[in-house]
Amino acid sequence: MAAPAEEAAGSGPGSPSSARRRLSIISGHLRGSPWAPGREGPSPSPCKARGAPAGPASGSIPKKRQELLKWNGWGYNDSKFIFNKKGQAEFTGRRYRLGGMVLPTFKEWIEKTFGASLEHKSTSRASLNVNDVPPSIISEEFLQDLIATKISYSQDAEDRVFRAHGHCLHEIFALREGIFRRIPDIVVWPVCHEDVVKIVELACKHSLCIIPFGGGTSVSSALECPEEEKRTIVSLDTSQMNRILWIDEKNLTACVEAGIVGQDLEKQLAESGFCTGHEPDSMEFSSLGGWVATRASGMKKNIYGNIEDLVIHIKMVTPRGIVEKNCQVPRMSTGPDIHHFIMGSEGTLGVVTEVTVKIRPVPEYQKYGSVVFPNFERGVACLREVAKQRCAPASIRLVDNAQFQFGHALKPQVASIFTSFLDGLKKFYITKFKGFDPNILCVATLLFEGDREKVLQHEKQVYDIATKFGGLAAGEDNGQRGYMLTFVIAYLRDLGLDYYVIGESFETSVPWDRVLDLCRNVKERIVRECKEKGVQFAPFSTCRVTQTYDAGACVYFYFAFNYRGISDPIHVYEQIERAAREEILANGGSLSHHHGGNFSPFLPDLQGKCL
Amino acid sequence: MNHMYLAGNCFLFLSHSLFVYSQQKELMSKKRDEFEDILEERRVSSDLRYAMKCYAPVIYKGLSPCKPNAIKSAVLQSEQVQYVIKQLAKETGESPDIIQEEAMEILDEMGHSMQLGAVRFFAFTLSKIFKRLFQRVCVNEEGMQRLQQAIQEHPVVLLPSHRSYIDFLMLSYLLYTYDLALPVIAAGIDFLGMKIVGELLRRAGAFFMRRSFGGNRLYWAVFAEYVKTMLRNGYAPIEFFLEGTRSRTAKTLTPKFGLLSIVMEPFFKREVFDTYLVPISISYERILEESLYAYELLGVPKPKESTSGLLKARRILSDNFGTIHIYVGQPVSLRTLASGRINRCPYNLVPRHLPQKPSDDIQEFVSDVAYKMELLQIENMVLRPWVLVAAVLLQNLPAVDFELLIEKTLWLKGLTQTFGGFIEWPDNLCAKKAITSGLALHSNIARLVDGHVVLNDKGAEDGAVGEIIFKRALAVLMCGTYRNQLLNVFVRPSLVVVALQMTRSFRKEEVYSCFSFLRDVFSDEFIFFPGISLKDFEEGCFLLTKCGAIQTTQQEIYPTDKGSVVISFLSAMFRPFMEGYQLIFRYLSKEAKETFTEKQFISGVRNFVFQLLEKGNTQCYEALSSDIQKNALAALVQLGAVKKKKIPCVDLLEIVNDSRIPVQKPVAARL
Repeated sequence: MAAPAEEAAGSGPGSPSSARRRLSIISGHLRGSPWAPGREGPSPSPCKARGAPAGPASGSIPKKRQELLKWNGWGYNDSKFIFNKKGQAEFTGRRYRLGGMVLPTFKEWIEKTFGASLEHKSTSRASLNVNDVPPSIISEEFLQDLIATKISYSQDAEDRVFRAHGHCLHEIFALREGIFRRIPDIVVWPVCHEDVVKIVELACKHSLCIIPFGGGTSVSSALECPEEEKRTIVSLDTSQMNRILWIDEKNLTACVEAGIVGQDLEKQLAESGFCTGHEPDSMEFSSLGGWVATRASGMKKNIYGNIEDLVIHIKMVTPRGIVEKNCQVPRMSTGPDIHHFIMGSEGTLGVVTEVTVKIRPVPEYQKYGSVVFPNFERGVACLREVAKQRCAPASIRLVDNAQFQFGHALKPQVASIFTSFLDGLKKFYITKFKGFDPNILCVATLLFEGDREKVLQHEKQVYDIATKFGGLAAGEDNGQRGYMLTFVIAYLRDLGLDYYVIGESFETSVPWDRVLDLCRNVKERIVRECKEKGVQFAPFSTCRVTQTYDAGACVYFYFAFNYRGISDPIHVYEQIERAAREEILANGGSLSHHHGGNFSPFLPDLQGKCL
Repeated sequence: MNHMYLAGNCFLFLSHSLFVYSQQKELMSKKRDEFEDILEERRVSSDLRYAMKCYAPVIYKGLSPCKPNAIKSAVLQSEQVQYVIKQLAKETGESPDIIQEEAMEILDEMGHSMQLGAVRFFAFTLSKIFKRLFQRVCVNEEGMQRLQQAIQEHPVVLLPSHRSYIDFLMLSYLLYTYDLALPVIAAGIDFLGMKIVGELLRRAGAFFMRRSFGGNRLYWAVFAEYVKTMLRNGYAPIEFFLEGTRSRTAKTLTPKFGLLSIVMEPFFKREVFDTYLVPISISYERILEESLYAYELLGVPKPKESTSGLLKARRILSDNFGTIHIYVGQPVSLRTLASGRINRCPYNLVPRHLPQKPSDDIQEFVSDVAYKMELLQIENMVLRPWVLVAAVLLQNLPAVDFELLIEKTLWLKGLTQTFGGFIEWPDNLCAKKAITSGLALHSNIARLVDGHVVLNDKGAEDGAVGEIIFKRALAVLMCGTYRNQLLNVFVRPSLVVVALQMTRSFRKEEVYSCFSFLRDVFSDEFIFFPGISLKDFEEGCFLLTKCGAIQTTQQEIYPTDKGSVVISFLSAMFRPFMEGYQLIFRYLSKEAKETFTEKQFISGVRNFVFQLLEKGNTQCYEALSSDIQKNALAALVQLGAVKKKKIPCVDLLEIVNDSRIPVQKPVAARL
């Protein structure tokens, strides 16, 4: 009975017709089956995935997340930064290009930037102490009802802790040093929309609360369980709802279950020759439903658009029924668009179960690139001009000098004397011949996508503009490394935490004419606040412009400091971050471009007093 | 009943905060820096070498160096100026090129062209001149070090007090001496009337502003942008005088807000991270222009700035003007001042280059900052023994016994220090020597005759009655210039004393409401931080309690027995102002026409007072001072008793019929 369904979940549909065929087989199986849709008899649209076993992973991420992913940090268990026996930094694992490589200058950079020393280590607890975990409080009646639905669930402490947090600094810190006061009482794994409907019904019946859990990469505290919550908290893990339901090649859309993570979505679409092109930095782990719920933005939005541009249809289960549009059309003008209150609701209004997104044929050709600018001001001016001419490549990012040096420190050991000689020559050309100051210059990284011919044409146009602003082409390699870094950088925080360095990122969107002022002022504010709060070493405070729009840009900040000598580093961190956000507001920026978050203390200032 | 109960409660609460306040106050007075004489070095080493020294000043960390002309063209090309040019072109139909040319002319008239050569010339000549004019020029070196630090961190605005033309020359000279970036200085356009000298000043960093340009949008845009461009680039410290003009009375003038709001704007718009405001107190033992000021106050017009006038004035080079004290205050971070004050982001919703009228919030903030800076100037203003002598002398005219004068001066020294005054007693001289040397320095004002000190009103013995009165008035006003330096230190306790005497009641509430009224009436005469009448009252009471003049309970204030000396001294100190204002009000209610211009008013009051003096009906010579007359009028306008009407060219003033001062009718009647 379970075999066809398993196939469907395991490999994804090959083509729409095969999917439909499988559907009819599955529904045939389900009809009259003893457990199927509850006691009331067959449901009109029976679940298609029932029976997918808990054992082997159906997507990249297993139900037992801890088997693959770190319980107290970012990403895969096997991938992390370490200092090897020679005291050199190294990135373990084979998943990333950087994997297994030695980073000879990184240690020096860390010591110089943070005043950190390898001798002073702050180690995390080695494993979760199950006895510390708050007990699961659940009424027997609910449990009975839940069992009756055959929906997979767990009250296991590890499972529950894993879903009690996202990846905010304070959450990871709490995992390393202690435990959360409140965590979900139970985790449930619906496998389809109907399962979610049942869970939500049960929650209403028994007065429980549900926190939807997708990829667990939230940085807006949306997964945090309110300490004072007395009701049973159900963590609704959508990870097993990860199938592509159909692909419509005529309209270039695909209907996908909300729990699919980015890497699986792209992998499976690619099998049919398509992609969504939505690539947030967290795409290995974050889910489609999460993107919708947080109004996500992808690196390549210049070609594919942000999530609000990609979404055609959303199905959301709310306590009062299902919200969805009656058609799958490019645009409607019947009142406010319901998608716009779903997007950004962060799980507070309901559970997103199925999403129809736009798809595109996988591009023929991809090319990275990079440009060095004499200073940040020139770089921003260039990006502004690119935006004005509306010729931004798939991605264009400008990192400031501190981040350029940071990226430099992550350069792996060069393979041959020849490359090292070449690097030396390049450096000589840029700093001595062209007179760029290595402590002021900054770098833009580029990614072009499309037809080969058009890419080359496009590339020339962008480089021509860059030249006008004093930019020098700096090669594909630098560009590619820049993008690779955005995937491994999240791992760096865990390394920092081992050496008394805490850090986090936050972002904003801002009109073009205020970009420079905002970048300078926010960085300076961070430095000043650190000094005032007794942080002994100057913080690492850096930014990059990551997206360009007609009317402004998205700016992304990294901020980290050595907290030795500070008794409550998280509190200090949060005070400083808050100050930085105030600074952003005063500079005409928004509180968030794509991370999302609950900023209730700021709201009166954000939207006018009437709300 | 209920109301009174509440008020009583309120005072209970006050006495607590009073305590906190007093602690701060004491801490503050302890923290003042030591002085260093910068002329000492000049007297022993070569001025030429000093002028030619290697000058490599510390500069702002974010400075992108540029020439004065580059600033001008940046201003001309700026979105701000271009926007106004386009607007004007649209409104007037004039071609933008012509308006642009006009803007260029304005810039050329206004802009400085700082050159090291001119600076060195000034360094040399000013060394020569200062050494002849002054015995010592004392500076708090710690202040200079703080300034040096500040200049590197953020754009700096220097806010010196303004008593003399020497002020800005001295300040530039000082910064040159300490190897700090030389300031650009907002100067009145009248200097440009001086041949050569005007251009020299321009090369030394002065830029020139017209005295009034409220209506001229192009001028305003160009001027504001010029100042802001220099500030944003951190080109140089920007220096201007909050008081707007030299105070002819040595009493701090109420602040002007225009330039201050211009230099604050880049921070409001977050074009700079922060801006430092540095209050600087420059006090003169003897003011160069003292007699000119006295003439001016009595209606003899100020001579036009001219080079020949300057050359004629060179005879003063043989005169001695004592010591100058320059106290560079703690740089105040504008960001710190604004934190919590300006919450909303008023500039987020409009492009930043559009001219925008500041919101009420911001205007209020600018005004608060202006007053705060002036109060900081006052706090660090050095008081010399002669200031005390002048205050005693004016209360004991026509003559005072020398021994008694010494005794009273010493007593006043103690009282001044209790009130937080910053007294610098010369080299720990004994009182007699200090006073004798003060008398020697100010022999034009007072002299010793047969063991008595008298005002030096030479030529007043003979001549017509009018001339005698004029001469006496001159002497009184000149002497008053020195006493005036005490007033802002004494004003809070003194007004409490006056209120106590006026109300003839010991009830705190009544005394307070009278105090509050007086504070409003004298709001242009003395410097009060806006809106904190109660705090000022508390401070006054606290200081009086501290010197034992009064005792307070929760509800009442009593003068003590031994306090009578202090009380009568304080009330006598402010009597010229009380009487002066009474005379002016009398003139307005009896003599003046219904509507008049300020000019008519001033000559009217002057004649009125002159006649009274002639008849011997008053002794209040200070009521002849145009300063008091203008201040009183301004206060009346503010209180709504006189109305200002804008008519092209002149401001007409009108007495409001049935103009009751809304707050305290009985008090007003008693005045």
